[in-house]
Amino acid sequence: MTVDPATAADAVVAAVLADLDAGHRGIVVDSPPGAGKSTLVVRATAHLAAAGERTMIVAQTNEQVDDLIERIAARHPDVTVGRLSAAGYAPSERVRAAPSVKVAGKADDLADRAVVIATAAKWATLSEGSWPWAIVDEAYQMRSDMLLRIAGRFERALFVGDPGQLDPFSTVEVERWTGLAWDPMRSAVSVLLAHNPNLPVHRLPVSWRLPASAAPVVARAFYPFTGFRSGTGPGDRRLEYGAGGMGTTYDRALDEAASSGWALYELPARHALRTDAEAVRATAALAVRLLQRGPVAHSELGSHPVRADRVAIGAAHRDQVTAIRAALGEHGEGITVDTANRLQGREYDVTVVLHPLSGRRDATAFHLEAGRLCVLASRHRHACLVVARAGIPELLDAHPSAEPVHLGVPVKFPDGWEANQAVLAHLAEHRVRAEA
Amino acid sequence: MSALTALARLEAVAARRARPLATVRHCHLSATPLVVIPLRLAGEAGAPLAVMLGGARDEPVLLAVPQPRNRDLRFAFAAELGKVLLEYVEASRGVAEDLGPSKDGEDRVRYTGAPQLVLPNTGGVAFLRLLGRSTRFRRTEGEHAVEPAVPALGRWLTWFAERRDRPGSSLTLALTEALRLHWATGQSSVEDANLAALLGWIDPPDGLDGPAAATIAEDPARTPPAGPATDPKFDNDVLAPAIAAFDEGADGAGERVREALRTQLAPTWELCWRALDLLAALPEGASVAGRWERDRDAFTHFHQTFAEGVPQARRDSAVGAARRLHRLERAQESYEAQRAFDDPLVMAEYRLEGLAFGGTVTEADPERLDESGKRPKLRPRLRVATEDPLRLEPGATVCDAARPKVKGKIVEYGAGEVLVELTGGLGKKLTPEPGTVPEAGARVVFTSVTEGSFGPARFPEHEETPWTHGGPPAEYVPDARDAGEAWS
Repeated sequence: MTVDPATAADAVVAAVLADLDAGHRGIVVDSPPGAGKSTLVVRATAHLAAAGERTMIVAQTNEQVDDLIERIAARHPDVTVGRLSAAGYAPSERVRAAPSVKVAGKADDLADRAVVIATAAKWATLSEGSWPWAIVDEAYQMRSDMLLRIAGRFERALFVGDPGQLDPFSTVEVERWTGLAWDPMRSAVSVLLAHNPNLPVHRLPVSWRLPASAAPVVARAFYPFTGFRSGTGPGDRRLEYGAGGMGTTYDRALDEAASSGWALYELPARHALRTDAEAVRATAALAVRLLQRGPVAHSELGSHPVRADRVAIGAAHRDQVTAIRAALGEHGEGITVDTANRLQGREYDVTVVLHPLSGRRDATAFHLEAGRLCVLASRHRHACLVVARAGIPELLDAHPSAEPVHLGVPVKFPDGWEANQAVLAHLAEHRVRAEA
Repeated sequence: MSALTALARLEAVAARRARPLATVRHCHLSATPLVVIPLRLAGEAGAPLAVMLGGARDEPVLLAVPQPRNRDLRFAFAAELGKVLLEYVEASRGVAEDLGPSKDGEDRVRYTGAPQLVLPNTGGVAFLRLLGRSTRFRRTEGEHAVEPAVPALGRWLTWFAERRDRPGSSLTLALTEALRLHWATGQSSVEDANLAALLGWIDPPDGLDGPAAATIAEDPARTPPAGPATDPKFDNDVLAPAIAAFDEGADGAGERVREALRTQLAPTWELCWRALDLLAALPEGASVAGRWERDRDAFTHFHQTFAEGVPQARRDSAVGAARRLHRLERAQESYEAQRAFDDPLVMAEYRLEGLAFGGTVTEADPERLDESGKRPKLRPRLRVATEDPLRLEPGATVCDAARPKVKGKIVEYGAGEVLVELTGGLGKKLTPEPGTVPEAGARVVFTSVTEGSFGPARFPEHEETPWTHGGPPAEYVPDARDAGEAWS
């Protein structure tokens, strides 16, 4: 590698900011996990504000809106920010704490603000008003029908998002629009690019979150054609425990995770219910044991003890999440437990993942979706532990992806089946078997 | 498959007979349905072979195409079918009820009746959709002119097919699907798609059990397929020679084809009516009438604008697609919620998932006021003893399944008890309307399932389609090229 990561990343950001002034109608920025997407949004906001352009920012959830407000207010206190919100919204502490932020339910009350920020759902309720620029965050998680509803509000837009994460979904199954360029079920970015193929597309090249042990694995499995690298080198990130292990399988898995960044805690093969009691217990126990051993994380940012708020547990289904929460009990208080959908965009030091295919009899499209595994395997700064029953590679072999191929629909890469195999092949090198 | 459905199927295997999945009927049954059993020619996606249809059990009407590869004969068939269907549609609509003026001052009416097509399976529905697509663009003048009933048939069939995408609509019923909504069998879902086998599990003939009846049903020699595909052996041994005789101009050959097809259709005809009897024996769910009203609204609108309308476009525009998806998602949500409210067996599924809980009210404070704000607010509280594995967090919004308008939130949960605070649907005064707050000792079910989370949404007009979606589309004008579509 010839260019150091910071220079490479800066070059892309500079190119994006230059494109903002170049008269393009839209600009797309693809960002792998932890590649500084939010930082880019903040910089682009400041860049547009400095140029005197009024900007609207579209995020997908209230949480994301508040995150962005906090960052913008901290970094650029001189930029006036308006938060447009629904009637029932009570501003969170961090929004109220920022003096440059004004909260209102009507766009008219925010007419003086350089930047107005709201969720896509709130923007969609507006029937008039127009902003010269929009910044759409997490644009790959927004459905294209939502973009259709808000696109009248802006003239130009910067779309930022992670193409490797979960695609948006619908509660109804309709094939009627398959293959149409404006299929409302597709993501906002894919519809945008289908109609405007000449828009510039940039890619952030460096993941600052993922450690050197994880970036190549995630890049190979989920971003096979574009790739990215880690901002830190081998050895820059270390995880140490205050207490030594007792040689149990849990401790051995934790030691493996500390030394290599990955661990696969493998339970004996068995077909199980979704809320597989053994797997749930093991997932919770690993997280609790991790905290008990007093982990300390060393990184380019210094050293700090890893407490419960820096640990997350991820699973595929909500009932699994509830079962794991119950199994954690009070020892695991403060640990985040959530589904892949809700962990999107979040970052922790250590994650424990219940593998979506663990104990299953079949591999459905839901469980094979590459984005689900990608989210679960790319939330950590130091280490990721995966709990799974043995036999997933065989399950995958028995269920090759057999989704029909439709005319006019771009082939989805990476293929979920292949991505799953790639991740499992890597995890197999870090396997610790539970005692049967 | 949900846990309760899986359990019901296992029980069905053990009992060798289907098990109920519902205590009430979740689809509307018309008093005058039109049963339609289409058949198509093997190897031709869109070539109709025959259809048996009618609204009376003992008077099936058989329409057939003696040579399905002959374009003129096919259109003659489509015209005949169109006439029967249009006649039925007209007869089914009843009278127009006046609903008073709308907000914009326009007069609103709703027909008291609506047509209901009953097909044996989803394959039949898909075939009607295809037949609709291939007939609605035909021209009634110029080259290749067809009878006016042909494009009219196409537009109606397309409307039925599109309306069927809407969850909870009963205008077109596929019997296998309707039965599966109410019963679980001990066979796979692929096997359930066979109407005869499904009925064999639900209502086996005397002396047989489910698997035995299903085995008979799977033998095409004893039970001809319910269409739209025909039995290949019948095709080779009976149908092909009969069509060949017709091609040669043999005497009575057309009648021979018809009689051969009648043997294939008559058993399914009988099965369809038996299936309707089984469904009719279930009491109707409380929300079914409301959903049928929406169906009648849609029918009224389509019927009244039919004369000035044009054939439905081949593809939805960007705005049209987004609007339709929104409507479907709203309908889906309210259909699922209404089914749970109507049927304790469906609600049990949510209780098992932890999204609902049922139990006895142990304490009720119906006139509790929350006086922390500027003005006092009526906030009755209930303590409910429950053994359900609740997975809702405190603060979650719930509603009373028996009175979905009564909303509340969970305050505390633990040790087999839930404390619920009611927040809405109690009337406007500071004392609750009678009958809204359950009393101590009452059995209640509260759930987070709701039918109103999708509000109405605002979409741009067609001519304002944004640049992200390709800009405004050219207006659709039917022209001669539409008719250029191939028939099969």
